[in-house]
Amino acid sequence: MALRKTGYLTKEELINSNRYPSKERLNKGPVAIIECTEEIPCNPCEVACKFKAIKIGKPITNTPILDENLCIGCGLCIAKCPGLAIFVIDKTYSNKEGLVSFPHEYLPLPITGSTVEAVNREGIVICSGKVVKVLNKKSFDRTPVVTIAIPKDKLNEVRGIKRLKNKH
Amino acid sequence: MIEKEVVVIGGGPSGLSAAIEAAKRGVEVLVVDENLRAGGQLFKQIHKFFGSSAHRAGIRGIDIAIELLKEAEKYGVEVWLNSVVVGLFKEKKVTIKKTLADNSEKLEIIQAKKIVIATGASENAVSFKGWTLPGVMGAGAAQTMININRVLPGKRILMIGSGNVGLIVSYQLLQAGAEVVAVVEAAPQIGGYGVHVAKIRRAGVPIYTSYTILEARGNKGVEGAVICKVNDKWQPIRGTEKVLKVDTITIAAGLKPLIELAMICDCKCSFIPQLGGWIPLHNENMESTNSGIYLVGDVTGVEEANTALEEGKLAGTAVAEALKYISLEDARKTKNEIWQRVNELRMGPFGEARMLAKNNILIGFKNILDS
Repeated sequence: MALRKTGYLTKEELINSNRYPSKERLNKGPVAIIECTEEIPCNPCEVACKFKAIKIGKPITNTPILDENLCIGCGLCIAKCPGLAIFVIDKTYSNKEGLVSFPHEYLPLPITGSTVEAVNREGIVICSGKVVKVLNKKSFDRTPVVTIAIPKDKLNEVRGIKRLKNKH
Repeated sequence: MIEKEVVVIGGGPSGLSAAIEAAKRGVEVLVVDENLRAGGQLFKQIHKFFGSSAHRAGIRGIDIAIELLKEAEKYGVEVWLNSVVVGLFKEKKVTIKKTLADNSEKLEIIQAKKIVIATGASENAVSFKGWTLPGVMGAGAAQTMININRVLPGKRILMIGSGNVGLIVSYQLLQAGAEVVAVVEAAPQIGGYGVHVAKIRRAGVPIYTSYTILEARGNKGVEGAVICKVNDKWQPIRGTEKVLKVDTITIAAGLKPLIELAMICDCKCSFIPQLGGWIPLHNENMESTNSGIYLVGDVTGVEEANTALEEGKLAGTAVAEALKYISLEDARKTKNEIWQRVNELRMGPFGEARMLAKNNILIGFKNILDS
């Protein structure tokens, strides 16, 4: 996989390894995308999902498989993944825009309503986004989850935002 | 001379885990640590750990350290801090330079029934032109600065090495507010987990595979670095040099087990490069070729904190068994469960080599017994 050379997955690699929700499912509403393709010993996501939509089983080096029909896109798994490799996308947000939610362990946190620079898996800014939600619940254990609205055609690419600078 | 049932040397995850497991069964345990606080590297590991959610996965290292210290206290583990083991004898005598409450030092000799060596590992250095300039440091040192001392080592960092340490420390340097200008990796592929590298890639950090560092430039400190491509024989290719403007160079080139104490009491070792170098041999109880002297954690081969915690439990259980605090049956059941978990943690493409190498330690131990 190119991951070991370039340091990031492509959407094609995710689709080919059967890890991308189907078009039908994406059109129905928010759904998790688990960008974790290597057999490493790890299973907190499986336990985090109340709907039993994430399956790892035994041994714990199995890669997580999402049952897209059981996933409701609640996003509880995002902050639980130690690898920060889970995202939720929602194609149904509005006519032109969709939502992407991602873990963001950087300070300062973006402010709801502000405009941010959205980056792809390579860290390149590909569009601007509007911050819709910033969740930082105690159960997230200091892994805030940020949701931004972006153009629908960028939903498969955007996986974060440019870090904000501290104002001194 | 003071007498103790068990002396654990090193209060990191494996040592504390061994101490807790033995003390839980009623064994009298002393942990000796040269630092001002026990917990080893856990206090600087601010990230969430991988592993099984039934055994502390998803919890940050720093919080695991706090849990371990609480448990050690609960079970009556005695801890001597700022105290250095300066001698260790086959007869299980330990000489310790102990720091007292008034900061004066005293040499103590302890006769123990069992010893657990949990001394960990130290970072490997890489030498290149200018490597002695201020601003060139181990990745672990940079991690201590940002996460323990809250001091940024520099604003523009070059990371040498893309193993998990290099990737995780790069991420934490970003979190601390530095810019990681690049990660350089001599191998043609990235060393660490894909999820770790993906995190810093989407933060905009470039990775140069098949590259090495040639030179650190600067007068009183690092002002720049020269990197270049390497060929398939790891030799620099002329004309491919790139100059990067950086003020800090951090080196994550692997770790080497700290086996000195095991060597001075004549524990037999074997050279196992996959685990970091010379490794003291041990059996399934983590007991060295010297009966009653046990080894746990990185000193028995560099791995991760989750396996170190399990190895500590193995030795702690074995010690409690040997001192007759638990029955053979109880010990066997507990150790089997731990071995199952350890073996699971060593599965998959990243764990396989370690699993094989760790098995070679057990085989080496048997061969020595047979001869």
